[in-house]
Parts: sequence; structure tokens; C-alpha cells
Amino acid sequence: MAGQTPWQTTGPFFHFGLAYKGGADLVGDSELGARPDLNAPGHDVKTPRHAERQATRGSRIELVGNVFENTGAPANDALIEIWQANAAGRYAHPEDGRRALALDPAFIGYGRSATDKEGGFRFKTIKPGRVPGPGNTLQAPHIALGIVGPGFLKRLVTRVYFSDAPENDEDPILQLVPLERRATLIAKKDPEAAIYRFDIHLGGAKETVFFEF
Amino acid sequence: MADPVPYMHEEAGAQPPSLSPPFRASVPRSPTKPLVHIPQTLTETTGPAGQDVWERLMGPAVNDLTKQHKGAPIGERIILSGRVLDEMKRPVAGTIVEMVQANSCGRYAHGYDQHDAPLDPNFTGVGRAITDEQGRYRFITVKPGAYPWANGRNTWRPSHIHFSLMGPAFAARLITQMYFPGDPLFPLDAIACSVPEPARHRIVCRFDPETTEPYWALSYLFDFVLRGRDATPMEN
Repeated sequence: MAGQTPWQTTGPFFHFGLAYKGGADLVGDSELGARPDLNAPGHDVKTPRHAERQATRGSRIELVGNVFENTGAPANDALIEIWQANAAGRYAHPEDGRRALALDPAFIGYGRSATDKEGGFRFKTIKPGRVPGPGNTLQAPHIALGIVGPGFLKRLVTRVYFSDAPENDEDPILQLVPLERRATLIAKKDPEAAIYRFDIHLGGAKETVFFEF
Repeated sequence: MADPVPYMHEEAGAQPPSLSPPFRASVPRSPTKPLVHIPQTLTETTGPAGQDVWERLMGPAVNDLTKQHKGAPIGERIILSGRVLDEMKRPVAGTIVEMVQANSCGRYAHGYDQHDAPLDPNFTGVGRAITDEQGRYRFITVKPGAYPWANGRNTWRPSHIHFSLMGPAFAARLITQMYFPGDPLFPLDAIACSVPEPARHRIVCRFDPETTEPYWALSYLFDFVLRGRDATPMEN
């Protein structure tokens, strides 16, 4: 056995390295997700174009939100990452060998976004399909979400569920969360558009549920 | 389908807590309620993996940081190499190792960095490598300088390089900092010291005379150990 390498914080100077252009646009060719305003002149980091992502299958959504410290102040220099299944409910990973569900060659399912000056983030992606849960259960559509950044000695992990998904009531993971805190994991749909808001609170009455596994 | 084999838990006594008050920035950025334990599902045991996937996301690897600009950077050239392993010492192949560092004067090519030290037009300080079949990675860079930071009256960060690894699954993620042997600032650093003893030495690399290249560069070795998983499948 070898001992695990300990975690350390990203520190405040990660943007030019870890927040790549297009990291938050999983289905298009925009530069969403980076903070080029924080690159020193002459040190812009080049990133590839992602035109092939536009062929992604599934219904397009935006996932937006703001990150708040436990004091309520905006966390304007955090890094959010997401991981999700494709529209058919299959992960683009060898361990998900459910061949009856098609892989989508245009979609990987991984995204990264630096938060902006107000602590905000915005991902363009698709609504994921359902994936298996423990035993013979089926999970409600969800996106895994991690938060790192200066001050975060370790990643905090949570999950994004969708307010218009009736499957939430039978989700085996949500059922492990105290009833009064479940609402912190449900992204609220905009009544007019396919935009879901998921604010992240590190403290206070609306403190987001974070997981360990 | 059978439940996935879970990754092992965080090693007790080896990982820093989210809240470490001597590191002041951790105080407003740690949750106030306990974490909720959940079983690992396919969501946690999968993740972006493989050279092809990483190149699609970020472009080709950049593992020589001394050749990204017209001239050579100022500073002490070093070779930094090692392996990415799991807790069973098995190599983790095809995973990304991202790195970010200050230049040899202790200044980052980042708009927030106001330290009174020069930027180096020939050094950005960002690299990424994809591990080979044996889990190996290798960077050529310059040794980063120490720099002051606002955590106390006169606090300085030891020389360090930031690393980000995804590993084989969302559950195996690791972000860390790697330090250099014998640095007098290391035992004074509130971030390094957030790691409990006796695990703190695990974030320090090792000087290696064997792989040092004569008349060219000193060499340091550093292995990353990610959360592993039991080889025995769980009963459904």
C-alpha cells in the first residue's frame, strides 16, 4: 500500500493554467469558462476550438449560479467543475459498459468554469439521462459538481438535480439527505427558458449539502 | 448491473481538514455543516479519462515549459518527473497532470499577482502532461521562487508547484502543491502545515542525482498517489 498524496489549495493564481477557454461550454465553440482578463500580457494560453461539440444530442440547457462564502460574500475566484452522463444516460468512460445506450461522440460530459467578479458561473450543456444507483435503483438526472479555489484546502462536492424532474422523489441519493436540506441540491428552472439556477452557499440558512464518498 | 467497486475513502490522518484557521482564507470557505456520506455510483466511479479525451478538451500536452516563448526563461532549469499511482501502487495511465507555477523570481503570470518581482516574458508557468502506460509523466521547467503572501505579518510561500490530477474517476481527483526538499519556509507555511503529520513529507519531492543531466539540469522526482479501489468486486 502507498499513502495518499495530501490535498492542497489551488491558491489564487490558477486561472491562466486551469480555467481553459471553452471549459464551460460542453456543447459549443464559445470561450465560456476562462478568465482571460486575469492573464498577464503576453501569457495568453492557447486552447483548441471545439466545433464538433455542436453535434451533441439532447436538450440544451444552461446551468447558472453564484458561489457564496459562509459569510455571504461572493466567492469571485473559485473554480467549478462538472461531470455528467450524456442525454441517453451513459457516461463517456470505459467503466460504463451499457452498450444498449449509445455513446455520443460529440459529448464528453466534463466542464470547468472560473467564477466571475460576482462569484457567478455559467455552463452550457445538455440535460443528462438517468443512470443506475445502488442496487437496482435508477437515479434522477443529475450533474456532479466540485468546487476548488483559494481557501479551499480540499474540493467540496455536491450534486445538481433539476426542479422539473419528477424522478427526484425516488432518487436514492437525495433520500440520504435530510428532507429540510434537499432543496439546496435542486436547480430551479427559469419559467421562460431552459436555464437552471444553482446557487452554492458555504454557510447560512441555505447552506448547500456537500458529500463525501 | 452490479454496483461499481468503490474507491477507497480519504485516508484518515493524511488529508488536511477543510477548515484550518492558521490558513486564514480557509475560514470563510469551509462548510459549517457536516458532509453527507453517500455510496459511490457510476457518477463517482467514472470521469474524463484517456489521452484522446484530454486532448479534445484542452489540446496537446505541453511538458517543456522552457520552450513556450522565443527565448529561454531565467532561472534554474529542472527536470521534474515521476509516476501517478493508486494506493495499491498500480500505475494510472492516460490521466492528465496539470501544473501551474510562479517564475524563478516568485511571480505568477497572473493579473492578481502584485508581488514586486519581474515577470519573465519567456516563462508562463503552465504545463500539462498525459501519463503513459506506466503512469509516468515528465516536465522540464525552472525552479519557482518563493514569494510573500497576506496570511500574517511577514509570511512567505516556500517554492512550490501547483498540480491538478483527475485520475481514473471523479472520486479520485487530486489537487495539491509540491514542495522542494530542505526549504526553510516549508515548516513555517500555513498551507503545507494544514497537512497532518506524519503525512506532511508526502508533498515534498526528492532530489535525484541519478536522473540529473550533466551540465544541463538538476532532477527531482515526485510520485502522486490517488485514491485506489479494492480489486474484489462487491456483492450487489
